Amino acid sequence: MPAHTIEGMASTASIQVSPDVLARYEAVIGLEVHVQLATRTKIFCACPTSFGAPPNTNVCPVCLGLPGALPVLNRAAVEMAVKAALALNCTIRQPYSQFARKNYFYPDLPKGYQISQYDKPLAENGWLEIFVDGRRKRIGITRVHLEDDAGKSLHEGFGDSDRYTYVDLNRCGTPLIEIVSEPDLRSPEEAYAYLNELKLLMQYVEVSSCDMEKGHLRCDANVSVRQRGVERFGTKTEVKNLNSFRFLKQALEYEIARQVAVLESGGTITQETRLYNPDTGETVGMRTKEHAHDYRYFPEPDLLPLKISQAWLDRIRASMPELPAQKRARFVRQYGLREYDAQVLTLSRALSDYFERAAAASRDPRAVANWVMGDLLGALKAEGKEITESPIRPEQLAELVDLIATGEISGKLGKEIFAKMFATGDSPRTIIEREGLRQISDADALSRIIDEILAANPKQVELYKGGKAGVLGFFVGQVMKATRGQANPQLVNQLLKEKLG
Amino acid sequence: MTATEIRELTIERVRQGLLSRRFSALELAQAALEFAQKENPKTNAYLHFCPERALEAARRVDAQLAAGEDPGPLAGVPVAVKDVILTRGVRTTCASRLLENYVPPYDATAVVRLEQAGGVILGKTNCDEFAMGSSNENSAFGPVRNPVAPDRVPGGSSGGSAAAVAQGTAVVALGSDTGGSIRQPASFCGVVGITPTYGRVSRYGLVAFASSLDHIGPFARNVRDAALLLQVIAGRDPMDSTSAFAPVPDYVAELSGDVRGVKVGLPREYFRDLTSETGEKIAQGVELLKRLGCEVREISLPHTEYAIACYYIICTAEASSNLARYDGVRYTRRSPHSETLSDMYRNSRGEGFGAECKRRIMLGTYVLSAGYYEAYYLKAQKVRTLIARDFTEAFREVDLIVTPVSPFPAFRLGEKIADPLAMYLSDIYTITGSLAGIPCMSVPCGRTREGLPVGMQILARHFDEAGMLRLAYAFEQAGGAEV
Repeated sequence: MPAHTIEGMASTASIQVSPDVLARYEAVIGLEVHVQLATRTKIFCACPTSFGAPPNTNVCPVCLGLPGALPVLNRAAVEMAVKAALALNCTIRQPYSQFARKNYFYPDLPKGYQISQYDKPLAENGWLEIFVDGRRKRIGITRVHLEDDAGKSLHEGFGDSDRYTYVDLNRCGTPLIEIVSEPDLRSPEEAYAYLNELKLLMQYVEVSSCDMEKGHLRCDANVSVRQRGVERFGTKTEVKNLNSFRFLKQALEYEIARQVAVLESGGTITQETRLYNPDTGETVGMRTKEHAHDYRYFPEPDLLPLKISQAWLDRIRASMPELPAQKRARFVRQYGLREYDAQVLTLSRALSDYFERAAAASRDPRAVANWVMGDLLGALKAEGKEITESPIRPEQLAELVDLIATGEISGKLGKEIFAKMFATGDSPRTIIEREGLRQISDADALSRIIDEILAANPKQVELYKGGKAGVLGFFVGQVMKATRGQANPQLVNQLLKEKLG
Repeated sequence: MTATEIRELTIERVRQGLLSRRFSALELAQAALEFAQKENPKTNAYLHFCPERALEAARRVDAQLAAGEDPGPLAGVPVAVKDVILTRGVRTTCASRLLENYVPPYDATAVVRLEQAGGVILGKTNCDEFAMGSSNENSAFGPVRNPVAPDRVPGGSSGGSAAAVAQGTAVVALGSDTGGSIRQPASFCGVVGITPTYGRVSRYGLVAFASSLDHIGPFARNVRDAALLLQVIAGRDPMDSTSAFAPVPDYVAELSGDVRGVKVGLPREYFRDLTSETGEKIAQGVELLKRLGCEVREISLPHTEYAIACYYIICTAEASSNLARYDGVRYTRRSPHSETLSDMYRNSRGEGFGAECKRRIMLGTYVLSAGYYEAYYLKAQKVRTLIARDFTEAFREVDLIVTPVSPFPAFRLGEKIADPLAMYLSDIYTITGSLAGIPCMSVPCGRTREGLPVGMQILARHFDEAGMLRLAYAFEQAGGAEV
């Protein structure tokens, strides 16, 4: 029986579990995702959150944790967190949520504690819908809470890095939300889809750019396995450092196989924190439950309880854009799109906005959808451009679609014109005028051309009349050739049939 | 200026001296600095002086006077500031080895306001390390001696500020109070000390010991000066989320009101075991209040007996977190020769903190630990609510509450230092007010036969500093200090 091998990129190590053994198990996964909020300033002080400033320059007594400094909550961070929570269908905690100190020692944590939320988080009990293998599934959201980020320890890159660690505190105090899911995910694919949907949602409501390379989106996973049909959860491990979509999938696949292998060989899973190493593709034990941190949470005495009044909540709710799931449903309903197409067109807010502008200007939204998903995204991808950088404006694309729909130009000619539009940014009419590309729908003009072609090819005429209907295509081709593809194909067909009749 | 003149300065006398051109602010600052530096070895009240800053502040006052501008209500007044309150460019050590050379890059809000009002900061005063203690013996830079009786403690933790004011090396001083650290040394040294309502004075720039209990407050040789200093430093500060929006009344203007008919409560729990001379003095003080027309009645604060336990759980829990930042990584002294990160932490903190800080860090860490949090910290928070409710109930019946500040007057240096529990128990009367967050103060109430000062504590409703000060002022004017 062939072994199912899970390997990392440069891995020599692998875990061997046969697919049918693996198939007897089911994974149970919950994700803890940190999202950096796109506020201009930090969560508890007025320092800028800008990325890439020289080390230790975006700092003040508050985010440096100097003696005597006190935090003051940033209102914009609260509003963004509430937006994120509402987008995740959560209930905002009433009458108040509360900040708490999470105590631990680390050189890039200058206060000696993180200001987070513990037993009274900002929001709870939400859900996020994912779409996997053509199936919709609701993933529960346990909680969304606000917290401040730590600085960065730089262990390498300096002349004396063998002896010293450098600390950059610029990132200290950057606002984060932590989004904790229920253990509702059952496969790495579902986890991937969840993270993807979450990212999309956060970008939609404009609370984060979710740039993973800049650490705006960070993910840890709680993973356990159980035999199919068993209801009780297995012992879980927490896998950290899943900071790209690819790593998330690889790490989960590895960890699931590892746990199955342990159980199959008669072992038990140790409750522990494991670190994913992207170089080997493995997860490695960091610390067991016995050595887990005791964070000694207690209410942050320097901050008042956070009350979100109904009026404030209403204002935030009113400022929310349409969410991807709502938009998808509307696209299906309003434009008659297929579910899958609606999914693709809502992959980003910019893309859906583009589509809607084009669809609104056109008489054939479904054709617009096909052009956007096919030709336009393809052309953009080939040039490494985003939808916001498209040389073709949505109204221009709508014009092209309508020229085809009304039969003014052929689909084939449309493709040619599209390429020229993409290259020049000109409207289809401008290109048609300039290059004399208008479709010939004049029956008299076409009739003359057809007559000439029939006269020049008597043998083929005979064949057709003898029953070879396929020869018709030959004549169509000849007409197109003679008209440089500008003949209206339907009219050509019709005229040919009449004349050969 | 003579030593006696300096020693007996009040804010009003400074003002008159300046306005009558009998001395300039600069001359006063120089004379006050010289006097303080000469006298300081007797008490060790100041840890260090900041002459440059003082003279600069004095010159500013003189320039304002010369330009005909109002130099502010504290113009030229020599002030001492407890060394847990930050002063930009001037070392702020918290009386700890860990911060021996720490020079903060910003001023506490109270310091900014004090200097804007024309105050002249002479130097930084000694205290218990990180304000943890009741005798000032926990300073890394030596204890403070009580100016009234040099073999005795000045009280703590703001022992240096109280001693400086009592000794006359400052006209007024800033201290900090978490469980009695202003009131108890004020009573031991025979001066006035105020712990304002929690949130009345910004904590921004006060090095945190127990954030939910920490206050900045004034020391002075009379009630009026204390009221004036409070007036200057009080009020909303956007840098402190816990500072209150409530408007600040004119405390000085409100001092002279009538106290006849004011209802004063005496909590029976505070007097039950009070058989000492302190008890006699307080009883005499209460008689004086009656003669002033106050309606005195007995009240009950039934949860008092749980206050000490409750306080020492909450304050140590918060302290264990607040002191985590002194880890040897940045501004604190780093222990050399550490092989690993945890060695660096252990050695730097182990060598840097004194015994009392370590004791409280350990206690606080313990009460917050998984499995103990509910039994200790959470329970203590509930008790705190009950204690605060006791006061709310009591203030339905009475306007003000009067108690002793301390069960005994200043004790001898070394007398209690080996017995932490006895030391903790000496805070018994001051802790309840701190837990409730209400304003309270110590006002001199006679002396023992040995000549040791006794302090009477007055407690008031939230934000009723004015009512509290009015009673203290009437008591003082009627000779309360000599009962």
